[in-house]
Amino acid sequence: MKNIVVRFCGDSGDGMQLTGNMFAQLAAELGHEISTLPDFPAEIRAPQGTLGGVSGFQVELGSEVYTPGDKADVLVAMNAAALKVCTLGSHFNHPQAHFDDHFALYHRNAVVIVDTDALTDKDLEKALYHTDNPFTELGIPESVQIVPVALTTLTKEALKDSGMDNKSILKCRNMFALGLIYWLFDEPMEKAIHLLEDKFKKKPALIAPNTKVIVDGYNYGQNLALSINQIHLDGKPSEAHGRYTSIAGNKATAWGLIAAAEKAGKHLFLGSYPITPATDILHELAARKDMNVMAVQAEDEIAGVCTAIGAAFAGDLACTTTSGPGLSLKSEAIGLAVMAELPLVVVDVQRGGPSTGLPTKTEQTDLLQALYGRNGECPAVVLAASSSANCFDFAYEACKIALENMTPVILLTDTYLANGTALWRIPQLADLPEIHPQTVPEELKGHFNPALRDERGVRYWAFPGVEGFEHRNIGLERDAEKGTISTNPENHETMVMARKHKIEQIANSIPDLKVIKSQITNDQSPMSETLLVGWGSTEGHLHAAANALGCDLAQFNYICPLPRNTRDVLSQYKRIIVCELNTGQFAAYLRSQFPDIQFEQYNEIQGQPFAVERIVDYASK
Amino acid sequence: MQASDFKSDQYVRFCPGCGDHAICMALQKAMAQIGIPTHEVAVISGIGCSSRMPHYLNTYGFNTIHGRGGAIATGVKTSHPELTVWQMSGDGDCLAIGGNHFIHEIRRNVDLNVCMFNNRIYGLTKGQYSPTSPKGFVSKSSPFGTVERPFVPAQLVLGAGGTFFARTLDVDMPTTVDCLVAAQQHKGCSIVECLVNCVIFNNGTHAWIADREQRAEHSIILKHGEKMIFGANNDKGLAVEIDPVTFVPKMIVVSADDPRVLTHDATQPDPTLHRLLGLMGQDRFTEVQRDDVQCTSDELPIALGVIRSVEADTYDQAVNNQIAAIREKSKAKSFDELTATLDTFLL
Repeated sequence: MKNIVVRFCGDSGDGMQLTGNMFAQLAAELGHEISTLPDFPAEIRAPQGTLGGVSGFQVELGSEVYTPGDKADVLVAMNAAALKVCTLGSHFNHPQAHFDDHFALYHRNAVVIVDTDALTDKDLEKALYHTDNPFTELGIPESVQIVPVALTTLTKEALKDSGMDNKSILKCRNMFALGLIYWLFDEPMEKAIHLLEDKFKKKPALIAPNTKVIVDGYNYGQNLALSINQIHLDGKPSEAHGRYTSIAGNKATAWGLIAAAEKAGKHLFLGSYPITPATDILHELAARKDMNVMAVQAEDEIAGVCTAIGAAFAGDLACTTTSGPGLSLKSEAIGLAVMAELPLVVVDVQRGGPSTGLPTKTEQTDLLQALYGRNGECPAVVLAASSSANCFDFAYEACKIALENMTPVILLTDTYLANGTALWRIPQLADLPEIHPQTVPEELKGHFNPALRDERGVRYWAFPGVEGFEHRNIGLERDAEKGTISTNPENHETMVMARKHKIEQIANSIPDLKVIKSQITNDQSPMSETLLVGWGSTEGHLHAAANALGCDLAQFNYICPLPRNTRDVLSQYKRIIVCELNTGQFAAYLRSQFPDIQFEQYNEIQGQPFAVERIVDYASK
Repeated sequence: MQASDFKSDQYVRFCPGCGDHAICMALQKAMAQIGIPTHEVAVISGIGCSSRMPHYLNTYGFNTIHGRGGAIATGVKTSHPELTVWQMSGDGDCLAIGGNHFIHEIRRNVDLNVCMFNNRIYGLTKGQYSPTSPKGFVSKSSPFGTVERPFVPAQLVLGAGGTFFARTLDVDMPTTVDCLVAAQQHKGCSIVECLVNCVIFNNGTHAWIADREQRAEHSIILKHGEKMIFGANNDKGLAVEIDPVTFVPKMIVVSADDPRVLTHDATQPDPTLHRLLGLMGQDRFTEVQRDDVQCTSDELPIALGVIRSVEADTYDQAVNNQIAAIREKSKAKSFDELTATLDTFLL
């Protein structure tokens, strides 16, 4: 078997995120590619055992892994509510709903491990079952291999001599399930135990009981050997040789900023305000004082970006991190950074909108806000990361572009990238591209003004503390020659065009758009003239879909400016399908840039990543 | 250094007769007196008449967006505590649109020098009432008079935990310079309320104390360590009286030779007395006054000068100290050292 998808699902309090992460990390350490999808409710703690409190973690492992998978091959359901949610998918609230291939979160030939101790009448009642047989009621097909395991009883049995209280013992149920999954995949236990010791190093008292439970879970698997077969993954990882770790998108973003600051010889300043799903970047940077990071938790979103603009004025690499609603609040200040021509990195971890919307779900709906959501003619650079791991690269690139071009750069990631994890090849700082901040040359001392530009049209950066470069920066329009306030009509147009040109010329220093070519080389293939187009976080799903379809894929990371060869690429195809998790924002943008090219759209907007099979279904019509 | 060292080459565009001219000159004088070189000074402003100030000062300056000067100044000072950072703001910029940043820069005690120009009107948008306009104030946006209670800036600053509050008047140059110098010397968030006249839209708003004949009777210039004595003939003093029933303390006017006359202590950490001093005479600005209301012999004067100046840790220093302390202890200090601490594997 090449790839397999495992889903852990239980109550928010069952530790599913930890269990899933530990499994994914072990898989990564054993050389599998991984892609993960944490899927948790917005409520901090919904009532235990209820449908609203179901928390899931899905991971695909194997080789050529592009996504966390559409559906699970192996499901661990820790309670009745989890079984229901995974069986009925988004229809779990419909009283008459049954297993349906379209909605179920697992395949009809999946292995489903269920805690039978969590299917008591009370559990069924809390999960709104009407009968006492959940399997029949849900209409689970016979092809699904149900593996009933008394997880609670077995965990209690394992820890009966531990001296722990009942509540603490029950918290170890997830480790029994994890041990069982380790057995299922025939993974060696030494690494698993080492990983567990590392996870619990701050709570050493928990290491021994959890180890006991995980080993008992593994051994229990032997008892099941007669009823289910172990799974062996084959195929070698396709990644280049190197040192790897698994990393979540938000952490990768934070580290990209840290690396860029060190490379550029700048202090990293973060001004931010807590907002789901971006807050982990603030957490990570607040913890990185060892890296000389200054993280200010501001009084609001506006102060987050404004403290950063202050730090940029004073000569730092300044960043602010947020999600959609926060980006709305920061709009005016980003306009100030455009006008004052200061380097600023704005990370928008997109979530479901509008307004408060779906705070814990993923969406690509801030693209037009990032491009156009400011007053006046207000161009800024827009980038999008396309995997949890390359959040690092694009955070780094955002800093490089901002510092070298004196402009705000908006980096779009999203919930899926932010919380999901992927294999990350750890770079050495020396191997990363050079960053040359646009610091004012010494020879301008004494006759500097903030309108002076280099041959690219980028103004110079002088900051307080340096003698001979005193100047006044402004959010008002400035005179193109003197840099002071100007209301002259022609001057305004000159300046609007200067700011526009400054962004456009960045296209000269970004890489060309690369097409991911179909693995089917036959020109006679019905899909050879079709191009899937995507941007940002959908790369994995579109890559998998393009492979299945036998068509090419163009995935954009540089949105504004677009790569210079964009027209050349697009004009080679007869059918271009722009696939997005919105109602067609990138398609609208492309139409505005290339009005003579036809763009077809495929859109999903359900707060979830794409399902590969739905894209394939659509495109093969 | 000379005041002229701090004058920029820009033509000053305040209206003729505007109180901001005087504060501008006082700032140049105070900066010269302080003697910090122009390149180590950053002046940050929001939007409003007063926010034009950075253009007229030959330092680093940043005229930003409405209300956000406080947050931007916080970013400048926190990231670069070695700089001297001033914030120029008005009653609308600071207390309305920028109110949140204002209370939080005070709460955090960021080492900023904030000039809050209070003319009790929106001048740049041509005459709307502001958060310090007295109740009943008629303006273009309140043609029948406002129905809302104004802020007393002193009360807001002390309520937010302010460590420094001074009040000055556009026509009193020496007091203004003294207050500005004291604000700079104080480590922490220094708020200087500059009472200024808007000659176009709110002319005479501070006439009660701005008129030369009345000023001595209607105001007191507080000086740390000196007795609180005022009046045209220096014959009046200030004392505190505790109400025997409610135990509420209140300021009273007594004879200058009364033994109860207080000596001003701006450094007292307890803000109770500073609040009483700051609130003196503010009734005159909380409701529109009838023209025929006369000053009575026991009417409290409006306090000018440095009312409060206490020491406390500053946010900018605390942030930088914490980073320095953690960095000293940590083994990993660079990106490559940081990634070396990761649980990694080779492929």
